[in-house]
Amino acid sequence: MTWTGVRRVVGPPVAAVGLALLVAALVLVVSGADPVVAFGNIWEYGSRLETVIESFNRATPLYLSGIAFAIAMRMNLFQIGVEGQYILAAFFAAYVGAGVGSLFPPLHIAIILLTAMIVGAAWAGLAGWMKVTRNVHEVISTIMLNAIAVAGVVSFLLGRWKIESESLDTRLGDIATSGWFPSLNPIVELATREIKRVELTGFILVAALVGVAYHLIINRSRLGYDLRATGANPWAAEASGVPPKRTIVLAMLLSGAVAGLVGMADLLGDQHFYSLRFPQGLGFAGIAVALLGRNHAVGAAVAAVAFGWLERASGVLEVRGDAPREIVTIMVGVIILFAVIAYALAQRRRRIEAAAAASAQVESTDVAGAEEADT
Amino acid sequence: MSVAVRLEGITKRFPGVLANDRVDLVVEAGEIHAICGENGAGKSTLMKILYGMQAPDEGSVEVLEQERTFSSPREAIDVGIGMVHQHFMLADNLTVIENVILGAEPSRGSLIDFATARSRLRELGDAYGLDLDLDDTVGTLEVGERQRIEIIKILYRGARILILDEPTAVLVPQEVEELFRNLRELKAEGHTIIFIDHKLDEVLAIADTITVLRQGRSVARVKPEDVTAQDLAELMVGSELPTPETREATVTDRTAVEVRGISMVDEAGVTRLRDVGFSVQCGEIVGVAGVEGNGQGELVEAILGIAPVTEGSIHLHGDDVTGWSVRQRREAGLGYIPEDRHRRGLLLPAPVWENSILGHQTRSRFLSSRIWIDEEASKDHASHVIERFDVRTPGVHTPVHALSGGNQQKLVVGREMATECNPLIAAHPTRGIDVGSQAAVWEGLRRARAEGLGLLLISADLEELIGLSDTLLVMLRGEIVARLDPARVTPRELGAYMTGAAA
Repeated sequence: MTWTGVRRVVGPPVAAVGLALLVAALVLVVSGADPVVAFGNIWEYGSRLETVIESFNRATPLYLSGIAFAIAMRMNLFQIGVEGQYILAAFFAAYVGAGVGSLFPPLHIAIILLTAMIVGAAWAGLAGWMKVTRNVHEVISTIMLNAIAVAGVVSFLLGRWKIESESLDTRLGDIATSGWFPSLNPIVELATREIKRVELTGFILVAALVGVAYHLIINRSRLGYDLRATGANPWAAEASGVPPKRTIVLAMLLSGAVAGLVGMADLLGDQHFYSLRFPQGLGFAGIAVALLGRNHAVGAAVAAVAFGWLERASGVLEVRGDAPREIVTIMVGVIILFAVIAYALAQRRRRIEAAAAASAQVESTDVAGAEEADT
Repeated sequence: MSVAVRLEGITKRFPGVLANDRVDLVVEAGEIHAICGENGAGKSTLMKILYGMQAPDEGSVEVLEQERTFSSPREAIDVGIGMVHQHFMLADNLTVIENVILGAEPSRGSLIDFATARSRLRELGDAYGLDLDLDDTVGTLEVGERQRIEIIKILYRGARILILDEPTAVLVPQEVEELFRNLRELKAEGHTIIFIDHKLDEVLAIADTITVLRQGRSVARVKPEDVTAQDLAELMVGSELPTPETREATVTDRTAVEVRGISMVDEAGVTRLRDVGFSVQCGEIVGVAGVEGNGQGELVEAILGIAPVTEGSIHLHGDDVTGWSVRQRREAGLGYIPEDRHRRGLLLPAPVWENSILGHQTRSRFLSSRIWIDEEASKDHASHVIERFDVRTPGVHTPVHALSGGNQQKLVVGREMATECNPLIAAHPTRGIDVGSQAAVWEGLRRARAEGLGLLLISADLEELIGLSDTLLVMLRGEIVARLDPARVTPRELGAYMTGAAA
């Protein structure tokens, strides 16, 4: 890639982050804190090995959530149901995973992941089915399905399937250790030092695999071509032979299957049971990841790590009493806002440049043609 | 009689196109003035200039004997000009009264004064016999009623000069009569009406004066009592007759596509196609002539498989494909050059190479296995199309929206021709491209025909139709009304069939 190419890809998000830092500094000053001290603390805390590992742990589900959203977005489906899909999927996967007892580990993990993907795909597929049969817009249906999944199905079944425990938490049974995902700490420790308290989730490898598959399928495969064609121009895609309804349902199924994996890093690598305290909000956070990463496999990875790090490293603000950690929420919001603006500007410029290049081409060949005719 | 509108020497250039070339138009106050001409003759451009949507490069606009330069429709509306566009601009979920006053609401304080609006609309409706229930939701209304809303909308804004852009194109015959009754009432009240049309029987029935445009020029200003439909058709297409080339017939006995008695009724219950039947042999070009909107689009969609037929069957190479999907039909060799390349033919944000395989993405030559697209082969194909059809583009990675319209069209035509489709449905394959490229496309089509291509050619260019076709069909109101031998027919006769002037 040429230098201009790199600048074009990296420029807008870097500008967005830079501006967000500026806004955050202003907010810090207004709220009476010293931004230099606060940022210094964040940086100092954030560069610790443990914090970095926690950031990657956080980035893993964020990335999967971003990819789930991006799959649908590539064909212009605004799938905001990842939230409900991953919670529902995690719930059923935890139930099945605990229910099967102890198994050969790879089989146990496969059963749990498969359950999660099937539940996620089914829940998203429902929205796709409503769109093609009843013309219900996916934004409406997925919002409703989020509420039904979390407040309806999970609450109801959790009440029936919960186990007695000494804690106050309402929870399902534990998944046997054969269904735990291995930690990557031993590998990381080879290159660094001993890691305290935290474990780098092995699920990060699954996320990376999903990212590679996403890139290949969307950009290189026939199915991906059909999907992107439908996103770019559904009428032309239809005339080219892409079955519009089937493609919509398929995109939703794929998106939902990936959404089903979002909760798995926490379920298999950390908690090993489902409870009311299971992480929420990852589905919506994934929209921001996809947005900042421009629905690109690598871009989303960078965005997920950035957001994960900001969230983890900012914890220090409260500990040290510099400022409320909500400052990071403001920063994330500002990053997204500026990123959207920067991308729109960059796109407009690219369009103008491409048009100029194309017409320059026409003129130069015209001139060449005219010269040939003269001689 | 005073002059309502006087356009003099109007010239309007678009990149590569001279849309209006020193056009003159004089419309007297209180008359119904028809402007007719073929597609692309410059009618719409002229009206957009009068309505302030576009500025002329040269020439003067005079309204009610005062020179004007409008920079927006707002200014045209202020001097009493109103325009009803071909595509209605109505909000389906609002009621009739809300639609009419939208943007010009009478107010009482901060509230909309519906009572005043209602009484004014009643007056207007009564005065012109424009019959409407003000509280109906627009989405539930028929096309004819929607058109009446558009007319009331501009009358409500004080229009005295009404421009109607092909008002009858969307109407069924009964609705046309109703519209004409309304227009006569408006005229009786002293309004001036300019309307664009190319159905000659209608023009002769309603107009007081007719201006004919051809290739961006005003070629005649006539009175309906002095001309016949044939005369008008000749004026529209030009009298010079293209000499159909004598070529040996290459028609074979293998049928490429056959349509047997198909009918199509749309969701609103309107019959779009009625008992259409014909066949195209390999090595044959069958031309379809007809004024736009007489079922050609529906015929294409039926063969392609986008719109289902209500009756009849469609066969490709002998197989009944009536129940097949679009993809199955494309894989059976069906090629398609759409009438509207932006809508049906291209992925504008996607690069040239991706567009060069659109519609053929399931062919093995563009795939490296069952799952993966072969990017290298696709790019080679794109380069081949670019070279052979002279598509001017910086490269295969350029997004298609950066290409000029003519180059986009060449890309679409080239794609279908370079993928050895058979049969090929081509709707206006040379629309919007320059003369040189036009000749190249024709030559390509002829060569493909000699190699056994069955081509269904839909075109508004009569010269193209007569010059290329082995058989000519004429469509009118969803039916095939004539089968003609292009070697014998004159544009004059063809025009008469197209407009229903000849039985």
